[in-house]
Amino acid sequence: MSQPILQFKEETFRDDFAYSNSAWAIERFPFPFDKDSYMYAVNLEPHTTGRAGSVYEKSFDVDEHYVAEMRERALTLLEDPLRCQSLPHMTLAGWDLLELIMSHKARDYPELFELHRNGTQWHWINKPLGIDQHFTFGDEATLPYGPMEYITRQSQGDWCVLDQRDGNLWMDAGMVTTQADWSLDFDIGMNFFEWHAPVPMAHELGIFKRALKFLLTIPQGNPARRLNWTMTVNPRHDTSPENYPKWGPDRTTVTAENVGEKMYLRVELQSFWRLPRSNALVFPIRCYLIQLEDLVSQPKWAKRFHRVLRDLPKELAEYKGFERNRALMVQWLSQFDDGGPTSPGVWPD
Amino acid sequence: MSAEHLKIPVRVSEVAAVNALVTRFSFSAIGGAELPTFSGGSHVIVEFGSCMNPYSLMSSPFDTRSYSISVRRDDAGRGGSLYLHQNLKVGDEGLISHPLNLFPLNLRARKHLFLAGGIGITPFIAQMAQLSQAGQRATPPFELHFCAQSAGLAAYADALKSQYAGRVTTYFDDQKQKLELAQLLQGQPLGTHVYVCGPAGMIDWVRKTAAGLGWPDNVVHFEHFSAPQPGTSFEVHLARSGRTIRVSERQSFLEALEAADLNPPYLCRGGACGQCEAQVLACDGALDHRDHWLSDEEHASGQKIMPCVSRVRGRSITIDR
Repeated sequence: MSQPILQFKEETFRDDFAYSNSAWAIERFPFPFDKDSYMYAVNLEPHTTGRAGSVYEKSFDVDEHYVAEMRERALTLLEDPLRCQSLPHMTLAGWDLLELIMSHKARDYPELFELHRNGTQWHWINKPLGIDQHFTFGDEATLPYGPMEYITRQSQGDWCVLDQRDGNLWMDAGMVTTQADWSLDFDIGMNFFEWHAPVPMAHELGIFKRALKFLLTIPQGNPARRLNWTMTVNPRHDTSPENYPKWGPDRTTVTAENVGEKMYLRVELQSFWRLPRSNALVFPIRCYLIQLEDLVSQPKWAKRFHRVLRDLPKELAEYKGFERNRALMVQWLSQFDDGGPTSPGVWPD
Repeated sequence: MSAEHLKIPVRVSEVAAVNALVTRFSFSAIGGAELPTFSGGSHVIVEFGSCMNPYSLMSSPFDTRSYSISVRRDDAGRGGSLYLHQNLKVGDEGLISHPLNLFPLNLRARKHLFLAGGIGITPFIAQMAQLSQAGQRATPPFELHFCAQSAGLAAYADALKSQYAGRVTTYFDDQKQKLELAQLLQGQPLGTHVYVCGPAGMIDWVRKTAAGLGWPDNVVHFEHFSAPQPGTSFEVHLARSGRTIRVSERQSFLEALEAADLNPPYLCRGGACGQCEAQVLACDGALDHRDHWLSDEEHASGQKIMPCVSRVRGRSITIDR
């Protein structure tokens, strides 16, 4: 299928959940399993621009959900401003991040974004969101928000800005509204081992020590990426601990009849970028959601995902929060699995 | 991870003698594009001719038209610095890596205390420029204490004294001036971070003095200059590929691996980033560890070596490659 012209959709991520993926969005979905089973690994690879049309083609992917996702973020922030925080020493990193996102978006999507610089006098145009902003780089008073908040209100995915010191990374700033049940307000100021403390099994495997070693030496100009995944009931972005009473009970609404429609595979494209002035590391967590009904439209994905879910260790399913509905999903997916072989790699056949 | 695609083609835009031993070289991108913004304390790997050494960037992190380094001529070294001094002229073309910072400012510090020895001044020049940049709010105070053999060999001392009046103090050995370190440290306000860059002896002295006064490790930052040093020749057995190669006296272990078309990952080539770490399977001789990456226990274990700076004193080594 050739790449269609990007058309932003009217969507919601709460209440009526008016959300769907176009055929194009399904085809380019970042299916995370390259084999028929899953276990933690330090699955970091260079974030080089990937195959045309894929979510790896640009530095920061913009897709058909962009405008709706930014509207959802604004709603979440209105209800809970603590989803966006920046400790005082992180302002410089915020400017670094603003420059990184603006320059890459203007380069990758010239028809959507423009950045004009004249020394510290910058002019930013964001056509999809109708923004036309003149400001002075480095002067917070010339923007309606701090630099990190300003630019991440215009960028899909969550953003963790990590200070690097004492041979560790520290969660000292971020914009987190589409999270898989973790809280920036709780994790703010924690180091890499502290905020990963709840993850089962991976500590014993030495995963975090090796991952940290790698992340600490990510140089400028050479970002890295990995994928992570979980399941969500309904296409909801804000699955935060703060709002658990709103979304936790959704898990009791899944039945054998509606499981294909209710359950979404939630894939995070995480990338890691060294920021130039602050030497901080920014860690965007971009969330992609796909309904099981849509996922099984690719026969290879249907077979493989059935096997992954069926054989996943119980600890992981519990940590990821879907052990309760796992049997229903496995049962439903089994109708698409003839037991035949699957081709290598993540791409659909 | 290969560092190959991280290289930036550059042209020499300035060669300036600073004193009897030090020359400054500036580089701009071929094609005229801006170079990446960087943070004070960053280094780049400079590749011209036979030179492939890390050097701290000393120009302002916000001036992306060109980068500057200052190179002290090391007559006893392997020839990298000599090559630059003797051969490099304006217009020459070579490669530099993207900047990497293994000696960053701690941005939570209430005060930055910089201690420089000799050519160790260079990262501080960039860091002071970063801290002085207009438009940055609430920059904490800093001061520089600069030790050198003589006024004549204290590169940039006069310029720094006039640019940062009242914040720069110099100490010259030939005038019997001595930095009273314990006294200096004891007078610092809470929240001060101390940074030292210079000869190994100076770094040890600062770390020990600070520790003795009860300073926590995480407020004492140091950067060794560890361009690889020459040594005796030795053989390397490569267990996985079943080959044997020889490291010559003036070659680094890493360079010998590269010459044999093995391309271990690297970022700093100075014993600090950890990328080129190799597993030692056997050694006929003594491991001569010169890195700052492995812990004392790892050095003592004899199981790991950093080929970028470390060598073998003896006949041969077998590594898992």
